[in-house]
Amino acid sequence: MSNPGSAPLVAVDGLTKRFPIAAGLFRKPTSFIHAVDDVSFRLGGSESLGLVGESGCGKTTVGKLLVKLLEPTGGNITYRFPAPAVGGHLAGSVEASNIRGRQLRVFRRQAQMIFQDPYESMNPRRTVYDTIAEPLAVQGIGDVVGRLDRVSEILNLVGLTPAGAFLFRRPHELSGGQRQRVAIARALVIGPSFVVADEPTSMLDVSSRTGIMSLMQELAERLGIAYLYITHDLAVARYMCHRIAVMYLGKIVEMAETEELLRNPLHPYTRALLSAVPSPDPMRRREPPNIEGDLSLPIDPPARCRFYDRCPMATERCANSPHPPAEEKAPTHWVACYEA
Amino acid sequence: MPMTTADTEPVLKVVDLSLSYLTRQGPLQAVQSVSFELGRGQSLGLVGESGCGKTSIANCLMRLLPDNGRLTSGQILLDGQDLVPLSEEEMRHFRWGQMAMVFQAAMNALDPVYRVGQQVVEAIEAHGVEVTTAGARERVARLFRMVGLDPQLMERYPHEFSGGMRQRAVIAMALACDPSVIIADEPTTALDVIVQDRLLRELKGVQRELSMSMIYISHDIGVVAEVTDRIGVMYAGRLVELGDTADVFGAPMHPYTAALMSSFPSISGEKHELETLPGEPPNLANPPAGCPFHPRCAYATEECREEFPAQVQRGSRWTACWHPLTDMAGVGQ
Repeated sequence: MSNPGSAPLVAVDGLTKRFPIAAGLFRKPTSFIHAVDDVSFRLGGSESLGLVGESGCGKTTVGKLLVKLLEPTGGNITYRFPAPAVGGHLAGSVEASNIRGRQLRVFRRQAQMIFQDPYESMNPRRTVYDTIAEPLAVQGIGDVVGRLDRVSEILNLVGLTPAGAFLFRRPHELSGGQRQRVAIARALVIGPSFVVADEPTSMLDVSSRTGIMSLMQELAERLGIAYLYITHDLAVARYMCHRIAVMYLGKIVEMAETEELLRNPLHPYTRALLSAVPSPDPMRRREPPNIEGDLSLPIDPPARCRFYDRCPMATERCANSPHPPAEEKAPTHWVACYEA
Repeated sequence: MPMTTADTEPVLKVVDLSLSYLTRQGPLQAVQSVSFELGRGQSLGLVGESGCGKTSIANCLMRLLPDNGRLTSGQILLDGQDLVPLSEEEMRHFRWGQMAMVFQAAMNALDPVYRVGQQVVEAIEAHGVEVTTAGARERVARLFRMVGLDPQLMERYPHEFSGGMRQRAVIAMALACDPSVIIADEPTTALDVIVQDRLLRELKGVQRELSMSMIYISHDIGVVAEVTDRIGVMYAGRLVELGDTADVFGAPMHPYTAALMSSFPSISGEKHELETLPGEPPNLANPPAGCPFHPRCAYATEECREEFPAQVQRGSRWTACWHPLTDMAGVGQ
């Protein structure tokens, strides 16, 4: 859990990312997709924050901005990393925009990303050892023997035992769950303090999914890692995250501690999302979500609430006011809605 | 709601179906001795993890197996007619006309260079359901409305459709020739929950309205629980439990069904511990002897390792397990 007294590990303020829509060769783009629009949140050390929403809501873009795979159009990200174990000098408070050149490599020791598809994120020609040892080589950590030890150690940690049986396998010799374990090992081998996990279990079967979920939780506790856990699945977020932020078309519309959000959703979009989740419980009857239409692309959206077109509660005020600011309706429960 | 008359002959009867794929590792037993019935107007779910054989069964029913697939035994009786010995020519009459399939990847099922409506019109004309183009177009408009698409969208191309709209168009296409059985293979897996919810309601509505029979294949037990009357649980090519959906999910008899349920995270009710099933599903080129689930099963004994269990029948449901759960007092035996 985050310690409210101390400075957060990652502080995001007014983060914005716009992608230009090509207008033609040599022509200046005039339209933009507002993928992430004025997003702010805090992530504490060892905390797991879920970023939940439908495809196209901007959650993956936020993740990529946080590990500097993308540059923001506006806003700030401030990191406060603990002193790294080996070398580097990114301790203390540092702005994302100031991390450049050689510092970017030091930054990668602290911030890593795990991708959705274990079939796509790995080079099929390289062995498990090659894949996991690469970050160590890039960072210049250890010699060949030392790296082999470190890779074996991390393989044991992610449950691929005996490590010797997996070191020299190639991706096609692994199951989906095993591949995702390798991806986790690769992200954790250099001891990051912050990991963006982008739907790490959505491609997996139920039985391997729970294994990966509990592994990630266990490792976070043991190694003190903070997660930004990106998922479309609220049920998975319930198990993986201390807090959940719900995104809709580039905006965070609601954020609260996990159980509070599930029990007491205040934003009409969060309610719709929750009521759309099917349940195997034969006793549970659920109401259909009462929103209409489809998710659109936020191309030069009007200033009003992003959810206005689909909202069952929309009023004249919503039509004529800018997108509502986030308000703390209950302790640590933030909602951006005029009618909530 | 149309009747689900239990006493009438089932529309589809699958008897002792076995199927293998020839691979470099040798034959891979993808489906083994699977039997089930599908009542008229009924929907049957097939659940299990990837590689359990559920999609193979669907492809086999449609006789759309890849070249290395071999049907080694079994009958597929559609209205009493066995489809297995039919030639490709004869099969063409049944496929889409009598039995239609909704594929997982809707994007690949639509031709990108033709207008969506035209593709459905062609399917209708090819099967002679409507003789005039005007009649066919009218039928497509009706189908579009049925699945919640504006008939004006007939003039659009697939790339102009969102994922949910494309999946609806594919359902409309499957319904085009008024089939008596529709097979839906993970039709909502790529969709977001809100779109999925709407699509499931529409699919269910259409199925009821036309009193069509449906086989619904999915790995998501939440989805299957909501759209099906009966459910079959598959593991490693075997059907291990079959019964009314509410009964099976209310009190699973097979330990694998129970494991599937306890590893399913839920947003409702108290947060229960998720259980992790140890190990991995078996390699079907070299499956374990006896019950294929025994290496991962907490209840496995000597006999489980030696022989595949006989069916334990309880009312309208059964399981293939030596040690079925909720055995106390032999409920409903």
